[in-house]
Order: sequence, then C-alpha cells, then structure tokens
Amino acid sequence: MIASLRFRAAIVSVALFLGLLGIWHLATRSTATVASMSPEYARLMGVTATQGKSAMPGPLDVATKLWEHVKRPFYDNGPNDKGIGIQLGYSIARVGLGYLLAVIVAIPLGFLIGMSPLISQAFDPFIQVLKPISPLAWMPLALYTIKDSSISAIFVIFICSVWPMLLNTAFGVASVRKEWINVARTLEVGTIRRAFTVILPAAAPTILTGMRISIGIAWLVIVAAEMLVGGTGIGYFVWNEWNNLSITNVIIAILLIGIVGMLLDQVLARLARMVTFQE
Amino acid sequence: MSTFDDPFNFDRELTRAGCICGRHRSPAEHDHAGRGLRCEAVTSEEKRYEGVVASAVMRAVFPRDAARRAFLKSVGVSTALASLSQFFPLKLATEAFAEAGAPEKKDLKVGFIPITCATPIIMAAPLGFYAKHGLNVEVVKTAGWAVVRDKTINKEYDASHMLAPMPIAITLGLGAQPIPFIVPAIENINGQGITLAVKHKDKRDPKDWKGMKFAIPFDYSMHNYLLRYYLAEHGLDPDTDVQLRSVPPPEMVANLRADNIDGFLAPDNVCQRAIYDGVGFLHILSKEIWDGHPCCSFAASREFITGSPNSFAALTRAIVDATAYASKAENRKQIAEAIAPANYLNAPVTVLEQVLTGTYADGLGEVKTDPKRVDFDPFPWQSFAVWMLTQMKRWGQIKGEVDYRQIAEQVYLATDTKKVMAEMGLAPPSTAYKSFSVMGKTFDPAAPDDYLASFKIRKAS
Repeated sequence: MIASLRFRAAIVSVALFLGLLGIWHLATRSTATVASMSPEYARLMGVTATQGKSAMPGPLDVATKLWEHVKRPFYDNGPNDKGIGIQLGYSIARVGLGYLLAVIVAIPLGFLIGMSPLISQAFDPFIQVLKPISPLAWMPLALYTIKDSSISAIFVIFICSVWPMLLNTAFGVASVRKEWINVARTLEVGTIRRAFTVILPAAAPTILTGMRISIGIAWLVIVAAEMLVGGTGIGYFVWNEWNNLSITNVIIAILLIGIVGMLLDQVLARLARMVTFQE
Repeated sequence: MSTFDDPFNFDRELTRAGCICGRHRSPAEHDHAGRGLRCEAVTSEEKRYEGVVASAVMRAVFPRDAARRAFLKSVGVSTALASLSQFFPLKLATEAFAEAGAPEKKDLKVGFIPITCATPIIMAAPLGFYAKHGLNVEVVKTAGWAVVRDKTINKEYDASHMLAPMPIAITLGLGAQPIPFIVPAIENINGQGITLAVKHKDKRDPKDWKGMKFAIPFDYSMHNYLLRYYLAEHGLDPDTDVQLRSVPPPEMVANLRADNIDGFLAPDNVCQRAIYDGVGFLHILSKEIWDGHPCCSFAASREFITGSPNSFAALTRAIVDATAYASKAENRKQIAEAIAPANYLNAPVTVLEQVLTGTYADGLGEVKTDPKRVDFDPFPWQSFAVWMLTQMKRWGQIKGEVDYRQIAEQVYLATDTKKVMAEMGLAPPSTAYKSFSVMGKTFDPAAPDDYLASFKIRKAS
C-alpha cells in the first residue's frame, strides 16, 4: 500500500522532530567537572556550579515548565507577574491595533498611489527612505515625542507594517489589466464604482499578499518593542525571564511566539485564497 | 510669603516667590535655616491647616498684594477676619482641608529596575509601607535605566528608582532634556561589587588588567564612577587602558559566561548571581572602595512635588520608613523572601539572601560574612552630589565651570528628608555636607575643584 504524500511527509516531520529533541537532550545532558566544595558553601551555590548541570535546559526541563504555564495561563499576580496567556493577549491586542491602523492608512493611500502616476512618483522617495528603518530605531523617538509607552509600541507596529501593504496595494492597483478598465470605461462606469467593482477585486490578491507580509513584520516588531518598553506582553516576558537568566522560560516564549506568528499568517493566507480567482 | 505664613500679617508678602520648601520667604533664608537646622516646625497640624486655608482665601479675594494691604490697613485684622469668615466658612474649610491633607493623588506608579538596590521601593509594596501612609502604589518593573528616565520624564511614573547620579544628569540635561529632578531619599548604600570571570582568579592585582573588557550598567552611575576611580587609583586610564561597556545587568552574567567580557562592576545580586551560576568570583565589594557610598536613589520631578506635595510627602515617608526597616539586620531574611517572587526581582531567594544578610559565597570556595555588604540609609547627603559632579567633570561628562553647591542643593533635598526623619522619631544627621574618604583619599565637599585637580588620571578638558 502506498501511503499518500501527506502522510509520508507527516512521518518525516515527526522523525525530524524526535531527532532534534534527541540531539538537544544529549547535548544538554551535562556534565562539566565539579570542583569539590564544602557543604556549607555548596548550599549557597546554584545547581550548575554544584552538580555540573548544563546551563542550557534540556527538552524535559522545557516541557515541565511549559506544562506549568499551560496549566495556569491567565493568573494575575499584580503588575509585573501575569500568566503567559495574558501576556500573549496584550501582544496580540497591540499588534492588532497597530496593524488595523496601518490597514486604514495603507490601503486607501496605496489605491491612490496605484491609480495616479503623479502621486506615485511624488511619494516614492519618502516610501523608499522610510521603508528600511528598523523598528527599534523608531522606539526612542516615539517614546520621546508621544510620551506614552503603550501608544509608542502601537505606533512602531503601525510604522513598520504600513510599507509592505502600501507598496503591494499600489503595485496591485497599478497592474490591473488595461482591457478591464477600458471595458468599464466603455460601459460608462463611474470612477468610484470602477474602483470597487473592477480594480479592487482584481488587485485583492496582491493587496492580501502585502497584508500577509505586514502581519509577519508586525509580530516580529512587537517582541522587540515590548522588550524595550517593558510592562506587559510576550516581549516583556522574554526580557523579564532573561533578567532572571531563566533560559527555559525564554525558550518557551520563543516557541509560543513562533506558534502565534504562524497562526496569524495562516489566517491571512486563508483570506488570500478566498479572494483569488483562477483565470 | 509661603503657604504657612499668616495671611493677616501686614508685613508679609502674599506672593508665591519663596524658598523651595515653602516655609521661608527667600531661598537665602531657607539655606540659613537648613544649615543651622532651624527649619522650624509649625506649632500644630491644625494651626498649619488653618494658615493654609486662610492664605488661599486671602489670595483668592485679593489677587493683588497692594489691595490686601490696603484692606487690612483700613479695617484692621480682626474686622478683616470676621468679615472674611462671614462669607467664607474658614473653620469648616480648615476641617475639610485637614482631611484632604491626605494625598492629592492616592494611586501612584513608581518604576524600578529589578536589582537589590531597589529593595526599599519594592518591599514597601508587599510589606505594606505605602498602604500605611495612605497610598496605593503600583511598583512597575522597568526594562532599563534609559526607559525609567523617559517614563518618569513623560509622567507615566510619578516617581522612580534611579541611579544616584541620574537625577543630577537629568537636571543638567545630560543625555536627556533638562528637567528639574529631586532626590528626597537615597535607596541604598554600598551593595555593589567588582566581579571577574573565574579564569582571572590569579589576576587579583588591577595592574594586570590592561586590555580587559569591563561592563557597567549605565554611564551616569556610581558603578561607572567607582570602577573608573578604582582603575585610576591603580594607574590604569579607564578610557585607554581598558574597555568599559554599558551593558544591562542580566547580560553581564551571560557575557561573562560567554567569555565576552572579563568582569563588571554591578549591583550585588548580579555579582552573586554570577557566583551562584559558577561563572565569576567577587574581586572586591564596592564597600572596600568607599564604605557608605550611595548607589541608587528615589527620585521625582519637581513638577510632581509641587503639584502633589502631600502625595510626595507621604511617598517619601513610606520610603524612609521602609529604608529604616531594611537597615535592620534581623529583617533582611524576611525582605529577601518578600522581594524574590516574579512580581518583583524574579530571582532565586538564595541569591538575594546572600546579598541582604551578607553571608555569601565568594566564588573562590569560601563563605564570607559582611553584614554591611549592602546597607540602607536614606539621607541624601549633598556632599554625595558634589562628589558625583566632580567625577562627571573628571571624566568629561560635564565641561566648564560647575556650581557644585547650587546643583547639589537643588537636586538632593536634604532639608525635607531631615524633617520627615525627625517626625518619624529617627535621628537625622546635623549637616548635609559630610566628608568621607574614597580609597583612603579624603574628600572635602567645600573644595571640589582642588579635589578634582589632585587626580593624575583624568580626561583632559
């Protein structure tokens, strides 16, 4: 019996995963040589120094800790200690808000740029200069001028996710086939109606590709931004655990960031499929 | 005339101009009282409130001082008082004010950096010192010194934990826009150390440290000044013979493990963490450089202090109270447990206990005891500020003429803290300028420029 391609791929994936876990486990098994020390002294030292435990946690440490977090994702012990579910929630809310603002600005502006060669050329130098600026370069400026850390974080998401959307929208709109527009014109369709019934559907796949790139960038940016401003969010969680030198928790955070990022991407990929039509 | 003077006194001026503490007519008079410790207390609280209310009413009725004088002159004080009481219930208002004498703003936010220096600020929350003084304070863990600075400047925090030189730097506009900041209390004294990587076990003489890389937490920090001082006293020029890097504390331990730096001068819990993890050893405690040196401070902007004086006073009382509690050795174990959870320092209790109790592993196989390893003494000596200014000048952070005394007195609010300490039955010291010695060299706060000139190694300015 020949199994389907999907099934075989799944088997290889699982094998790869187990292989990686095995290597990880072996690599972090320890043990460095342990200097002999008096029991009184050893009592004051950590396990790395006393038992030669590797400073890098193994897969079992991470799994145990992960289970602890998953069991209680929404606890709230005051301003500096919240469950990982709450932290992720804060990050997703910030990304959502910044991203929404970017959509509101980028898509109409992109439309305008795509439809008018004059505006396109006028805006181009600004877009080219602003596009490659790193999120962290914006952060101090935002903190200084906006004077509010959570709005600053949202602003940084906005400013970083706006460009791919803008460029893709403009590109999508500009490359709508001339015949379609001409047909619409022959039928005496008004500009507004033309934009909504002809150009938008034709450009939608490209626009959504831009939106998909943007959400990826927004999710990348939020972790860095939250590490810098602190307070809440998964980025703050990473910083806080880094402060405690708890690599186990940092690994867990990395894992969760990856999963959430993938989910966000999948949502937009599905949307993109919905608006794409085969010719 | 200040808020606490008698508004019915003909000789007094009814303008806001006056000294910073608001109890004297001029800064000169305030200084005089401060130096001689004669910042006289008002007779009773009720009396004080009465004065405040009456002043406010008189000020409202007679915005122009000439008019008030004319009125008093024509009708006499007793008639003035009676007629004023007729249309304004002074007695009632005074009672209301006495109740409202409580904080203007009860819900406050105070930022801190997760290191043992922040102990009084943090412990005041779980141990109830803020609540005792009628405040609901949220202590917020913050990602770094620059962020603490920015968040305090932009008023997200009402007050915060800062490195002792930071409020001076902010007031002077070094590395930030100049905004007047005030230090009502020092957080901790001592409590830092020089930690070296284990591989440098045999290089205990600083003369062998040429070419090494050291980390410090921030440019405007006692860590920076103490490490530079220590190196310079051993003949090394900190700008050319070694490399000093500004690195956040947790990264210091990781970088030490990764062999990326050779050592650091950092808060004790970071030093102890490096030992706990087996990557470093304690070369010396900062206490051995300067016993009793200030490290971190409790700071707020002048705007907050003038805008919410009662909140500020209650906050200062809570901090001074907590600091007094933390200075007692028998409370240290309890404090270590209170501040260790994820909500506060997020650190192993063993590490914090070693720092706070002073019985610690030194990283070389010995258990040492020094109960004064970190200590708590809130008094903001103005001479500390003068010393910091000399070092800022020494290393080129400030250039040109410096009015040491004026800046020190503007930022380090010794007079008010003295009053709070006395009210609480503690014994405040009798002068704000004490002399001390750093590595055997005596510092005379009256002659900072001579002190500065006596150093051979310094940045040419």
